[in-house]
Amino acid sequence: MNRQDIFDKIISILAPFIRNEDARDKISLKTHLLDDLKINSARLVDIILEFEDVFDIQIEDEDIDLVETVENAVQLIESKLGA
Amino acid sequence: MRRRVVITGMGVVAANGSDLHAFTQSLREGKSGIRLNPIMAELGFGCQVAGIPQGVDEIASRYFSREQLLAMNSSHRLASIAAVDAWEDAGFKRPEAESDRVDWDTGAILGTGIGGMDTIAERIVPLTNAGKIRRLGSTVVEQVMASGISARISGLLALGNQVTTNSSACSTGTEAIAEGTNRIRQGLAERMLCGGAEAASHYIYAGFDSMRVLCRGFNDRPEEASRPMSASAGGFVPSAGAGVLLLESYESAVQRGARIYAEILGTALNCGGHRGGGSMSAPNPNGVVRCIRAALQDAGISGSEVGLINGHLTATGADPKEVAAWATALEQTPDHLPPITSTKSMIGHSLGAAGAIESIATVQMLYEGFIHPSINCEDVHPEIERYSHSIPRTTRDAPELRIAAKAGFGFGDVNACLMIGNWQNA
Repeated sequence: MNRQDIFDKIISILAPFIRNEDARDKISLKTHLLDDLKINSARLVDIILEFEDVFDIQIEDEDIDLVETVENAVQLIESKLGA
Repeated sequence: MRRRVVITGMGVVAANGSDLHAFTQSLREGKSGIRLNPIMAELGFGCQVAGIPQGVDEIASRYFSREQLLAMNSSHRLASIAAVDAWEDAGFKRPEAESDRVDWDTGAILGTGIGGMDTIAERIVPLTNAGKIRRLGSTVVEQVMASGISARISGLLALGNQVTTNSSACSTGTEAIAEGTNRIRQGLAERMLCGGAEAASHYIYAGFDSMRVLCRGFNDRPEEASRPMSASAGGFVPSAGAGVLLLESYESAVQRGARIYAEILGTALNCGGHRGGGSMSAPNPNGVVRCIRAALQDAGISGSEVGLINGHLTATGADPKEVAAWATALEQTPDHLPPITSTKSMIGHSLGAAGAIESIATVQMLYEGFIHPSINCEDVHPEIERYSHSIPRTTRDAPELRIAAKAGFGFGDVNACLMIGNWQNA
């Protein structure tokens, strides 16, 4: 799976959690999940569960705190996939 | 001096109508919302009919974002739809999500009898038993905490006064209205969104079915299954729904030029103490009479001024006793008992939502001047034959209606009663 595929899947996973409609169509690697997309911080655990299901990976609880931006998520998933 | 409290907005999701207009039209037509329930039939329930509101997911998807819907189970959806409808019906707009403005003068008392049973049964129990605790995610707590529905609605509408959830079994919705009224009377709030919601979930109905208090004899005729005051009544029909009323101080309503539906003239709450024939599941008749009389006293009216009774009347063996209690409390002979009707005859018993939905029915009857029929009572129960003339089998015009009584009685021997006054005919 290449980086673009991972990015696209992350965007579709994040979609229902986005509360800032203005930011929805402008997501880049630098986009911050809480500050830019206004995702409720409590929902990060649900997003991680979706990552696990969609990419068939296991994410440790301590890794959750590392995910602040879309790029962080891409890197985490790449590392778990061994890409 | 206590302040006057009026009703300026209403929202309802019921088995026979998923908005105020459709619900009112169904009441006028005597239209039942009871249908065969395929899951209850498949699982071998004794009662296989229920009153489940239609089109709820479609309405919810129009009203709420995907993000909001992620954490809204059945009772949250029902309560939130009814609350938004009541809010907009009263002339308010939903606040912008990004605005930090809080309405400190408006609160909410929104109750539920059972709560998030669907979330418990379908997610928490199976995942926990399988050792998959992580898989529960972040949304289950807010859906099963008892105060979940009021918390949800405070967030949707930016409410900043008291926000709480009450629970008193089948008197919950009526109790919420009484409590909200008193808060406004005391000057502690200008507006209170009050009512109740109960989820559509067969897991809620299973325990009642096992108690043999649900209707079992009409599975092949769902619309005839809810039969309050009938000789052939054999238990209540379970249902789901939500009702929310915006209660408002008279001063606030006049100041903003709001449409006033009706006035809450009197309220009363009590408990029969599980004595004198009362128990966890049966009312102490003395408690019921005292509650109705206390509501009359609170309203400063006599029993003869009550022109309509919308009873609790569930279609169980308690109905004849309730009718007798009304006559005693209002000090009326059988010849002079005012019309007594049961909204449950059309929508079944929506437990914690019942008092709120049926209060909305009562307000609409006052506001529009009609009395809805109590259907499926062709064969009145022999113990109340003397009151048969007071039971409307068809819709009656009633432009002269001034005061209606609404009561709810619940497991735990708890009672709640409201006296509601017509605003135009005051």
